[in-house]
Amino acid sequence: MLKYTLKRLLAGIITVWFIATATFIAMHQVPGDPLMNDKAVPPEIRKNLEKKYGLDKSVPEQYVIFLGNMLKGDFGISFTQQNRKVNDIIRDHFPVSATLGIMAIFIAAVGGVLWGALTALYRNRLPDIIIMFLVILGISVPSFVFAALGQLLLVNINSFFGYSILPVAGWGTFSHMIMPSLVLGLGTMALLTRLMRSSMLEIVNEDYIKTAKAKGLSPTRIFFRHQLRNAILPVITILGPQIAAITTGGFVVELVFAIPGLGRYFVQAVQQLDYTVIMGTTVFYGAFLVFMVIVVDILYGFIDPRVRLK
Amino acid sequence: MKAFSFILLSLLFSHASFSAVDATSVNFDNQTITIALTQEPPQLNSMKATDQVSGFVLPHVMEGLVRYDRRGRIVPAVAESWEMNEKNVTFHLRKNALWSDGRSVTAHDFVYAWQHALAPKTASEYAFILYPLKNGEAANKGELDIGQIAVKAIDDYTLKIELERPLAYFIKLAAFATYFPIREDFAEAKGDQYAADVDDLLYNGPFILTEWVHSASLKMVKNQNYWDKDKIHLNEIHASYITADTRARLNLFIDGKIVHTRLDGETYKDALTQRFRIRKFSTGSVFFLDYNHREERATANLNLRKAIQHVFDANELVNKVLGTPGNLPAYSTFPVWLQGIKGKFRQEYPATIPELDITKAKNYLELAKKELGVERIPPLILLVGDSPTAAKQAEYMQGLLKEKLGLDLKIDIQTFKQRLAKMTAGEFDIVAAGWGPDFDDVMTFGDLFASWNLNNRGRFNNAEYDRHVRIAMGSTDPKVRMDAMGRLQEILYEEAAILPQYEQGVIYLMNPKLKGVVRRVVGADPDYTYARVVE
Repeated sequence: MLKYTLKRLLAGIITVWFIATATFIAMHQVPGDPLMNDKAVPPEIRKNLEKKYGLDKSVPEQYVIFLGNMLKGDFGISFTQQNRKVNDIIRDHFPVSATLGIMAIFIAAVGGVLWGALTALYRNRLPDIIIMFLVILGISVPSFVFAALGQLLLVNINSFFGYSILPVAGWGTFSHMIMPSLVLGLGTMALLTRLMRSSMLEIVNEDYIKTAKAKGLSPTRIFFRHQLRNAILPVITILGPQIAAITTGGFVVELVFAIPGLGRYFVQAVQQLDYTVIMGTTVFYGAFLVFMVIVVDILYGFIDPRVRLK
Repeated sequence: MKAFSFILLSLLFSHASFSAVDATSVNFDNQTITIALTQEPPQLNSMKATDQVSGFVLPHVMEGLVRYDRRGRIVPAVAESWEMNEKNVTFHLRKNALWSDGRSVTAHDFVYAWQHALAPKTASEYAFILYPLKNGEAANKGELDIGQIAVKAIDDYTLKIELERPLAYFIKLAAFATYFPIREDFAEAKGDQYAADVDDLLYNGPFILTEWVHSASLKMVKNQNYWDKDKIHLNEIHASYITADTRARLNLFIDGKIVHTRLDGETYKDALTQRFRIRKFSTGSVFFLDYNHREERATANLNLRKAIQHVFDANELVNKVLGTPGNLPAYSTFPVWLQGIKGKFRQEYPATIPELDITKAKNYLELAKKELGVERIPPLILLVGDSPTAAKQAEYMQGLLKEKLGLDLKIDIQTFKQRLAKMTAGEFDIVAAGWGPDFDDVMTFGDLFASWNLNNRGRFNNAEYDRHVRIAMGSTDPKVRMDAMGRLQEILYEEAAILPQYEQGVIYLMNPKLKGVVRRVVGADPDYTYARVVE
């Protein structure tokens, strides 16, 4: 188990290094640079700016400096927010995205498992058909549509009651989180529902279920002990990357609900070619994703003894 | 189930105005308002700020020697009075202008700020706005020491300045954020952290910042040390939301959470159905198509540009393509709001409106083909930004030139930085560009097409144009300056150097209980300094 974990960790580190290098090369291939602005600056000032940010050096040199700083965990200062360190930006804003993401994942996981099991139980009957229709909707409609509709719904509810039941946007209290995390979790919830349903259906016909039935176990016990536990495995597999995707992919939701998350910085940095923030957030997210995948792999070992034996 | 979904759907799509929500955007008793910002202020260091949001926050919390009043006139601020004599300017500072820690704002604070904004090490993008100071430009380029910039504190309350040359609008420049004071001991103690957070900045404006949660909110509170605090009615301005999404801001406005929101083509329609009063404001910016005048380009040909000039109708663009109210058709680089000698510049020096004449245009086009030695003009590259409106305008131009002149336009849509890179490298035939004023004088538009101006990205190069810019720069006599500017306007028309498209207008909503908000072409916009909540 230890050897297995170490091997996965090493592979993870190489992956992160590869992500960093590929992003660095790609970023410098994009025409334009972070110092360019609406108003042209005199060459002298430009030179000073280049010096300040180390852009006066060649790209390979910049790469070496970047790698060195990265090992020390320092991503430099932002180009667009010149008084802020990229580390501070990640430290201040990732917890917001993470809080939102965890709530969304919680809603998605509970909902997904519940609806999935339900549809499998009522296979091809009305509840199944209705839920599966909603699932297709949830998977195919992009989150910005849900975000806009969700917010509009709040506006109309509030104006209907003449009182702010839930805030339309902003961040700070629990009530601010409800609608955004619901909106953010919908897609994943739909995905998990479908996954859960098919894996439940697969298991119904397995031999050990038949054995359990033959032993005369109660249907509830069969459902919880044998069906659910086995069916949930694929859900956990996908949950790792989904957690990473949700905590990082909330850009639109963050924008619409005015949430100070890291997703906004990530996207804005690309638009503004903010080199340091691009590198900082990409490496951070990359490492996070890799980490989540490893965690799931290890977790898998606990739930499914077969993995450990290999 | 059915009834529930019906309610849900009607809640989603109803536009019926129910009773107003508990509007927390204004509070009469506490004189408090709540606003939304479009983005986090990227830079509150006045030496380095360049963007609109910082340009909104800074003048609320800091103040220069002079400021703009409610009607947009220059009035004394930290300076009580001043004398201007050719190249010499002396400011007399008021003794009751204080920093937020209670100490006096002195002449030394201006000397420090100006010297350091010009210091090469600071690498301020707006350093050029201080170039009128004698030796300012040389110091910025590292040729002279910053100590040699001609700004001296005679004593704590007298600031003496020598200019490079007489400059009619220098006093107006002094209202600009780059000219704000910074106290040496404070800034030096903070180092790189200066202006990074609420405690890392000293305030001397009508308000002070008391809270700044990055990307989430800002809070401005009335400055009890402000010398003119009796004129300030608002106690607190909460910027509680930061989002660039116009629809989200409209929703916040409908929900009674913010006092002001700007509308775009989409949200405009929704605001209409909500029956809000829609207000208009001219931003003072001019949008135009800039031709590439580099020799190897077809657009360097005058007759080709004239052909386009005679088929383009700015009025049609404004009314049929832009679609939102407030924009004006542009016929000149100089927008209509600029001051002339006594009245408005454009009334004293009317711009020539190009006549729409397809035969004339076709004759110009034939001439152009002959001069260029081609049967057909090769497809022209039109470089534009990636906003939906930019694409719409580009398609309109494409259709227009094809239909009227048989010219092919290739639209090159680029994101912000990539467009700038291409503009600077000259990789375009025509580029959609715009210019907003830095200060309240015709010169902010006039010198844009001087051959030495780095923002003249089409490289328009005209000796007579340059000569008249120099005349205007070298004189303080309004008549001489305006005559020169009038000539600039004519040259741009005769040479069809650019194709003026529209003067930008914006539409917005404002809570009717908030009075005295000033919309400004230069400086903080919207300016809440003198606003008050009425019952």
